[in-house]
Amino acid sequence: MDFFRQTLVIARKDLRAELRTKEAINAALAFSLVILVLFSFAFDPFEKETIEMSGGLLWIVFAFAGTLVLNRSFAREIPNDCLDALIAAPISGSALFLGKALANFVLVISVELVSLPVFGIFYNVHWTTRIWSLLLVLALGTWGFTVIGTIFSALTVNIRLRELMAPLLVYPMLIPVLMSAMKLTMDLIAGKPLGGENEVWLRLMVAFDVIFTSLSLVLLETVLVG
Amino acid sequence: MREKLIYGLGIVAAVLLARNLYSIFMQLPDEASQGMIYRIIFFHVPAAITAMLCASVTLITSVAYLLTKNLRYDAISVAVTEVGLAFLAANLVTGSIWGRIIWGIWWTWDARLTSALVCWLLYAGYLMLRRAIEEPTARARISAVFNIFAFVDVPIVIFSIKWWRTQHPQPVFWGGGKIDPDMYLTAVLNLVALILLAVVLSLIRLRQEEVQREIDSLRRYAHAV
Amino acid sequence: MSAVAAEGVWKYYGDYPALRDVILHAEPGACLALIGRNGAGKTTLLRIIGGFSKAGRGQVRIFGHDPRETETRRRMGWIGHGISVYDELSALENLSLFGRLYNLPDPQKAAMEWLERTGLERVKDGLVREFSRGMRQRLAVARAFLHRPSVLLLDEPFTALDDRAIAVLQRLLREALAEGRTVVMSTHQLREALELATHVALLNRGKIAFHGERTAQMVADTGWVYAHYDEA
Repeated sequence: MDFFRQTLVIARKDLRAELRTKEAINAALAFSLVILVLFSFAFDPFEKETIEMSGGLLWIVFAFAGTLVLNRSFAREIPNDCLDALIAAPISGSALFLGKALANFVLVISVELVSLPVFGIFYNVHWTTRIWSLLLVLALGTWGFTVIGTIFSALTVNIRLRELMAPLLVYPMLIPVLMSAMKLTMDLIAGKPLGGENEVWLRLMVAFDVIFTSLSLVLLETVLVG
Repeated sequence: MREKLIYGLGIVAAVLLARNLYSIFMQLPDEASQGMIYRIIFFHVPAAITAMLCASVTLITSVAYLLTKNLRYDAISVAVTEVGLAFLAANLVTGSIWGRIIWGIWWTWDARLTSALVCWLLYAGYLMLRRAIEEPTARARISAVFNIFAFVDVPIVIFSIKWWRTQHPQPVFWGGGKIDPDMYLTAVLNLVALILLAVVLSLIRLRQEEVQREIDSLRRYAHAV
Repeated sequence: MSAVAAEGVWKYYGDYPALRDVILHAEPGACLALIGRNGAGKTTLLRIIGGFSKAGRGQVRIFGHDPRETETRRRMGWIGHGISVYDELSALENLSLFGRLYNLPDPQKAAMEWLERTGLERVKDGLVREFSRGMRQRLAVARAFLHRPSVLLLDEPFTALDDRAIAVLQRLLREALAEGRTVVMSTHQLREALELATHVALLNRGKIAFHGERTAQMVADTGWVYAHYDEA
């Protein structure tokens, strides 16, 4: 199908371009490392409370580091007016959005998967207890904030002070998905399984993902062209 | 014509507010457990409802703008959002004052307060976004899309924050608890008064926005010549 | 049916009309030179024709269809102010990418062909950010022609081109016109444009002040149209 083929063309293009320069991904990795170190001063890593809330800390690291990658999503199309070429190309707004979101997802998840063992070592946290559930939460949560980050990157592509505005606008919007991810991660690290009491958070994440993915697929064309 | 509407509604709102203030401070007795401070609820809750109504209106006008490209809808969006933001701020401040008296703390991260704060941040973002875009048509389009995203996020935010431990008292006027009919009447009348006030403020702001747009286009004319 | 038709197009920035009741058309095989002063609205009009923004009032049609339709976009080529190719990719990668976006049956082959036609085959694997300015311009031209568009929209294409790039572009445009394709270009470089043009349109403060065939006199005296039709 044309739609999926073009989505993959865009996704591969973004990934190839990013992996060639590695600017955003290196910055994100370095940033996540720095935050993990800084947190160790703010919160005593030996205290029981810190271990309990470390799942929450982890998602703050992911959100901040991830934003570095997500902001570049449409910003990378600005030099040389490449955005014009994409708008002129016979590709639907939805395919363009999905392609970029997929590429972003891969990049952000890679940063997260590297940060996770580092986090485990620094904070002495056994995150492998419920590894598959954790990976599911990682995927759903990351997709949620990738979608918002990508569409907002498009929204702010042509405005003044883009690098300041985009994060400022994105973070309040992410609160529901981040909260769900934090709550579930904290539970999983503590050894509790998914389902039962925290199932509601899982459903919230899925709902968030579905709603905002649909909204973004529909509205990207409007954002870029009018 | 619109000026007459503004004055007319303004007078009605003022009269209602005067009547309510009299009722609140002179007529109604102190509440059983809270004493004097409970009277703040006559403003606290209607302000929240007014803010929610404003958000709903701006969703409609944002969608309307995207469908019709008529800049009047964009002007209404920004006017009503600003007014709604002011009322939400009033809600936060009155809630904080009440909390200080009753709980001893200015702020707590319970469900309602946190949700209100996050919603305030969302819509404040709308205004910030507008400031960063100079060209009116692009500004209208981009902020309309943002507004849709913000509005869709609001129930999700409220929903999700509700699951956290809550310290906010159970709703007084619905969901249980017996209320004095006089208090109920005053509360409803205050809600009407605040809504009228919101309409008046929106109309004034709307007028200002349209004049601003006219000035901008005249400026462009002048530069082009 | 006209290849490109603008019917009563108005464009507003806020309340200010940047384009006022623009009526314009270009038949298949024509080369329309859109001239006018800075700020007259040439880029605005061209971007509406290309589907980058929407008209406030009126409409644009490319072969009778809306420029935003997917099939229409497939038949359209665009050269704007930027080169619209990726610095981090090689020349071949860039053209293959666009070949795939435009659904070409053999993107690699088409990419190689156009690299040869623009004299870039020897640097096909070089990253664009290492290219000289002229090479970047020629790659931009290759990108626009790659999918053999029926309509070419060029926004001041001769500005900032070196001689070799100008020669390449002129040659390719002549070939395209000979094949019956349509070209609409906005320009300040009157001589190069008027040599190729079959028709001329003058835009003055958002309105079409002149629209007609290009005459020999216009080529000989490039300021002629301005002198006769442009208001001060």
